[in-house]
Amino acid sequence: MSLPLLIEQALNGLQLGIMLFLMAAGLTLIFGVMGVINLAHGSLYMVGAFACAAVAAASGSFWLGLAASLAAAAVAGALVETTVIRRLYARDHLDQVLATFALILIFSEGTRWLFGSFPLYLDVPPLLQGAVALPGGVQYPAYRLAVIGLGIAVAIGLYLLIARTRLGMRIRAGENDREMIAALGVDIRSLNTIVFALGAALAGLAGATVGALQSVQVGMGEPVLILAFVVIVIGGIGSVRGAFYGALLIGFVDTAGRFFLPRIAGLFLPPADAGLLGSGLASMLIYAVMAVILALRPKGLFASHA
Amino acid sequence: MPERHAIPVRSLLASLAIVLFPLAYALLANLSGETFHVTLATRIAILGLAATGLNLALGLGGLVSLGHAAFFGIGGYVAGIVASHAMGGEPLPFGLPASAQMASVWALAMLAAGLFALVVGAISLRTSGVAFIMITLAFAQLVFYLAIAWPGYGGEDGMALILRNPFFGLATMRPMTFFLIAFGALLAGLAAFAIIKASRFGAALQAARQNPDRLAALGVRPDRIQLVAFVISGAITALAGALYADLNRFVSPSMLSWHMSGELIVLVVLGGVGRLAGPLAGATLYVLLEHFLGGVTERWQFFLGLALLLVVLMGRGGLMSLLAPKGAGHG
Repeated sequence: MSLPLLIEQALNGLQLGIMLFLMAAGLTLIFGVMGVINLAHGSLYMVGAFACAAVAAASGSFWLGLAASLAAAAVAGALVETTVIRRLYARDHLDQVLATFALILIFSEGTRWLFGSFPLYLDVPPLLQGAVALPGGVQYPAYRLAVIGLGIAVAIGLYLLIARTRLGMRIRAGENDREMIAALGVDIRSLNTIVFALGAALAGLAGATVGALQSVQVGMGEPVLILAFVVIVIGGIGSVRGAFYGALLIGFVDTAGRFFLPRIAGLFLPPADAGLLGSGLASMLIYAVMAVILALRPKGLFASHA
Repeated sequence: MPERHAIPVRSLLASLAIVLFPLAYALLANLSGETFHVTLATRIAILGLAATGLNLALGLGGLVSLGHAAFFGIGGYVAGIVASHAMGGEPLPFGLPASAQMASVWALAMLAAGLFALVVGAISLRTSGVAFIMITLAFAQLVFYLAIAWPGYGGEDGMALILRNPFFGLATMRPMTFFLIAFGALLAGLAAFAIIKASRFGAALQAARQNPDRLAALGVRPDRIQLVAFVISGAITALAGALYADLNRFVSPSMLSWHMSGELIVLVVLGGVGRLAGPLAGATLYVLLEHFLGGVTERWQFFLGLALLLVVLMGRGGLMSLLAPKGAGHG
């Protein structure tokens, strides 16, 4: 097994981890500030991807599509917050699960209505086509490197937003004591809408960037959503820092599993069976990791507060 | 002692009507030769049973499990695997005899799912709230991917059962006969729910939902009670899964998908959380909506989503509370 191959797999793991962080950050912020579990977060990812694909196809520019994905997901998020989620703050988790499950049905079927059942394709922008030679003799796709760079930039931006700005201060205060900051005169309703739209925009951005690597289709957000759940459970629900480390961990574990397990299974089984069994075991690996972490630390690695 | 057991007559009548509805529907359909509608009634009974299992954990125990598809699918796969071994005359793993008699399939399905529920519950119950929801979901995903990856049992495409498993000497391929078997299982499941709800264990379980600290102060460990309930709940849902596999003569990973888990929750809440006939009421409404709305528009899931949203946002208590409103309290 050559070094360049391993470096390539490590970069793939980093890229998956960064994308998962964009999803998980929104989910965990929304839970931290509003106490709401949002199953429809994967739908916002899908909205971002479809908006990007549609605008890119109409205008010929991937970059306009990317801007459209942010805008469309943020608007969809704000709309969902003001019409539905706002009524769920005082409800129990069961009602939240049910209402956001209903939102998934509406988003999925609605998207199928608008765009049909066939997947859309989104091309990598011309600027980022081809591969880049990295030290160590690695040829790595430029687009994937750009995705990693974008994700890291967003993570830093999010950190600065939460740690250094007035809005971030309010978000942190909202996580600690909603009633108190409302009593201090902060408009908690618009804060909720802003946080939800921010989380939605991050999900939409992730959907659009991944859309150029895979196909854009209805239901694309659900596997990612479930991975993002695993991430925030591992990291500690409500903790953005936990989401970051959890996302990287899952990104690397999943990529390593997909790379090594079929090869290990190939030592015992005929190649066709080994490939299937190996990739299946790899899909299960992250859940096993999660089970072990939770058995040791039920509140996750970075439990933020009670 | 006139008011010791104030029997809520209206609630009793509503429950009776809900329970008898699939029977009447199937009998009428059978008389008029509409075997498709007998199958529809069978679907109602089986999904009602699956949701009754979930209602035990969710309604009485307050455990919002988004992973009950795992138990449903395990039941289905046990039925499918046993049938395929019996067909080929191969013994099962661990030297178990490959008898495809439904009764032994059911026992095996409930045992397998119960053991899995024991493991899942032991880990998941260390957490609560949102974390519990997500962990149960993640364990179900684990089984979902296992079913896809495991070679020999159909993988992603699923596997067909050539015949329904036998039930003593009955002709299980006849729709009405199979309906009656499924309906019998449903009645048994409802009886189990009612007995548990009225028992000391049921009282402790409901106390664990309402006030775990107080229960612990009384010397009862809430997590033990909840774990036992979770195991029974998983086993009942697995029984429904085994019947579902026999009904369709087909099992596939879609029985294990997280949409299935979501739908089971939908059934319970549509009907009425914690109410005896609630899940069956939800299943009846759901299957009929799916059939009749699905006949009108292929986008029926869009409207189902809207209806569901309205039910959650506007009404509380589901269909059962429309039919038989209760006073204060729940359960």
